[in-house]
Amino acid sequence: MTRLSRLLVGAAALLLLLVYVLPLWHVRLMAPQYPEGLGMAIHINTVKGATENDLNNINGLNHYIGMQRIEADAIPELKIMPWIVGALIAGGLLVAALGKRRLLYCWSGGFALLGIAGLVDFWRWEYDYGHNLDMEQAILKIPGMSYQPPLIGSKQLLNFTATSWPAAGGMATMLAFVLGAVAVVLSVRARRAERAERRSAVVLESAGPALPLAVR
Amino acid sequence: MTIPKRFRTLLLGTAAAVAAGVGFYACSTTTGGASLADGDAASKVYVAPGKYDQYYAFLSGGYNGQIGVYGLPSGRLLKFVSVFSQNPETGWGYNEETKPMLQTTYGSIPWDDTHHPELSQTDGVPDGRWLFINGNNTPRVARVDLTTFETTEILQIPNSAGGHASPFTTPDTKYIVSATRFSVPMPNADVPINSYKKNFKGTVSFIRADQPGKMDIAFQIMMPGYNYDLGHAGKGPSDGWFFFTTYNTEQAYEKLELNASQNDKDFMAAVNYRAAEQCVAQGKARATPSDYFHNVLDEKTGQAHSERKTSVLMLDPTTCPGVVYFLPTPKSPHGVDIDPSGEYMVAGGKLATVIPVHSFSKMLKAIADKQFDGDEYGIPVLKYGATIAGEVQKPGLGPLHTEFDGKGNAYTSMFISSEIVKWKLGTWEVLDRMPVFYSVGHLMIPGGDSRKPWGQYALSLNKITKDRYLPTGPELSQSAQLIDISGDKMKMLLDFPTIGEPHYAQAIPADLIRNKQLKFYKLADNKHESMVKAESEGGITRSGKRVDIKMAAIRSHFAPDNIEGVQVGDTVYFHVTNIEQDWDIVHGFAVLGAENSELIMAPGATRTLKWIPKSTGVYPFYCTDFCSALHQEMQGYVRVSAAGSSVPLMANISRKAAAQMSKGNDATADSPTTRKATGKER
Repeated sequence: MTRLSRLLVGAAALLLLLVYVLPLWHVRLMAPQYPEGLGMAIHINTVKGATENDLNNINGLNHYIGMQRIEADAIPELKIMPWIVGALIAGGLLVAALGKRRLLYCWSGGFALLGIAGLVDFWRWEYDYGHNLDMEQAILKIPGMSYQPPLIGSKQLLNFTATSWPAAGGMATMLAFVLGAVAVVLSVRARRAERAERRSAVVLESAGPALPLAVR
Repeated sequence: MTIPKRFRTLLLGTAAAVAAGVGFYACSTTTGGASLADGDAASKVYVAPGKYDQYYAFLSGGYNGQIGVYGLPSGRLLKFVSVFSQNPETGWGYNEETKPMLQTTYGSIPWDDTHHPELSQTDGVPDGRWLFINGNNTPRVARVDLTTFETTEILQIPNSAGGHASPFTTPDTKYIVSATRFSVPMPNADVPINSYKKNFKGTVSFIRADQPGKMDIAFQIMMPGYNYDLGHAGKGPSDGWFFFTTYNTEQAYEKLELNASQNDKDFMAAVNYRAAEQCVAQGKARATPSDYFHNVLDEKTGQAHSERKTSVLMLDPTTCPGVVYFLPTPKSPHGVDIDPSGEYMVAGGKLATVIPVHSFSKMLKAIADKQFDGDEYGIPVLKYGATIAGEVQKPGLGPLHTEFDGKGNAYTSMFISSEIVKWKLGTWEVLDRMPVFYSVGHLMIPGGDSRKPWGQYALSLNKITKDRYLPTGPELSQSAQLIDISGDKMKMLLDFPTIGEPHYAQAIPADLIRNKQLKFYKLADNKHESMVKAESEGGITRSGKRVDIKMAAIRSHFAPDNIEGVQVGDTVYFHVTNIEQDWDIVHGFAVLGAENSELIMAPGATRTLKWIPKSTGVYPFYCTDFCSALHQEMQGYVRVSAAGSSVPLMANISRKAAAQMSKGNDATADSPTTRKATGKER
């Protein structure tokens, strides 16, 4: 691993510390009668309203369509996420300290898998809230209507426009991932250069393919 | 440290992606601008100083129990008419003359919840004679005389709870109606609430309304124990019928929010009131012991009287076949609005995904063809497909009420999607949408519920105000929005705050009311038993512990203005007559420490303040309505002595009055010298 790669991984790990204070994701609800909007922030260990009473107010509105109450206690993932991210941070710092290339690849791959798993899990929860409605308790029943908010982007749900987007913590996580990926790229490049030197042969073959993550 | 070129590109790319994300995020959370008014809106609602509005609009006051009178298109507040609520500003319900107006079988009630103003009609068109309004909490209906803008009559509705579907009128104002929002045991009794299905009933009352001072229940129809929400009379071909919406046909008695929202269709009740009249005439209605009050303000004396009544004629619809039919209607319908032709009955199914429109002619045919889907409590239920004329598809969310422009279009208020939707009668296609802020309840087009709408404006009566005006703490005014509907597309013209919580409203061209306004009461016609026609008639009398003081008010003094001989333990009645005979010269009267409101006397009117002084001393009284240049001098004193004191009864008359008397110039009604003198004084 190059020195720069080790610095980048260390920085990525430290960047992940931000998710303990900043929200990962925002869901914003706008309606004609809510010009100020209602909001929900998903944190690493909890779900909160954008303001003190937003979550309560959202749950109050959702009772008309028979949606389950959104409560942090009901989502077990919120209890284990801080530990998973903690492990990622520790792993990242370890990679930076030891400078082992293979460890970096493992860490980076693990980060990617955990990220995907996290998004899938988030989508699954959204699907569940949007579809698993208690029709016995629902007052407003519109045939064929479901209320799943989007993962990213905007969607009209009755009179509400739901907009979902990564929040500062989510962006920090993405940036951390990108830093890790850059470290991997640099590592791979350095390794190739080493090999090329060692072979002292024609290098045409190894310089050919484009780097997978490079952005032109 | 040099950064490799590719790495630089990558960093830049990342930065750009983050920046774009932040930008998108910022955009997605920006408050959408609440549709600004049309370019030339200001000139369309501007009423220049000294000019008049085109329309009188009457907005119910909701929980203030009054009626707000506004001018349209300016949205200027003109007046509040006191109806069911005591109003210390005018003395309504505080002074002795108007106290009986608030009398009910439950006692004197200082408040009610007014929902639906209704103008009297001739031949299905508002005529500007009277305005009726309902009290929702303790079911009552009131008549307001539109020459004086005063409530002149209040009738309590027995065998009812929640007088919501009220006081909609027949096209000839022969009847106004009141139907029970809450079904209750009939007669009301101590029964378990869970015996709802067995014991609870609704009623529809037809109230004779075409003779002022003589409102009375013509008959009541006993209905199944549903919630009766709103009503409207038929017109043209459907004249003689009345239509009511029902919800809670589930007959739930707890958690209605959920339990009364189960059925996909509730009913519209079609009542053939001419058939009911015949059955009543044939003696089929039973005289049913009932307890209710009728309160009338006597035009001549200005004094209200209460009469307790003891019986109503109750018609059981199963004994009078053909009088009531149920039309299945999706879902928990709120408004029922009849188009100007009288053919279409539009229901605002607040939980429905369409606006269902019934056809009157199809309904008659379905009845003739006996297209019934069983019956409910002996009342035939017609087949949905047999009566429906059409459904407006995808109208919006939460349709509540519909008004008409007389040009073949209907306008429906959408509570949840917060918009007014214009659609075409007959084709049922949506033509236009206007967002309103926020959450409209009723909408109102002048004459929009009648045979001949004046289809120029629509008023959106919104339930949620939020950020529309400068904020005033947690409690805000309500918000109304005026929309120009004269063209193909609706145009937003104006926001204006409204007070209380207006539900429905009515409006009428100003000319139909303006020219018949009373400017003052003629003193010569004032038959109040304690009135004075001149200052010299003022005085004081004692009868046991009761002291009556007759007093004249005229710019800028009271006569008498010094009173002695009142004792602690007495009950004092000040009968103050404003003996002015001039437009807008109003006097007020208030006494230090009186546990009562003030009096306000229109010119020529007498009002009485009851006062029980509790301790000895001298108590000033004064005029509260700035009447003249020397208004501040318009005052006097009452001396209160200990019980049993030997201070003799004394009431002077003012020096000015004495002077006038000595000249033989009594301030009588038509005395030109008086008028001249007062003119100078001003």
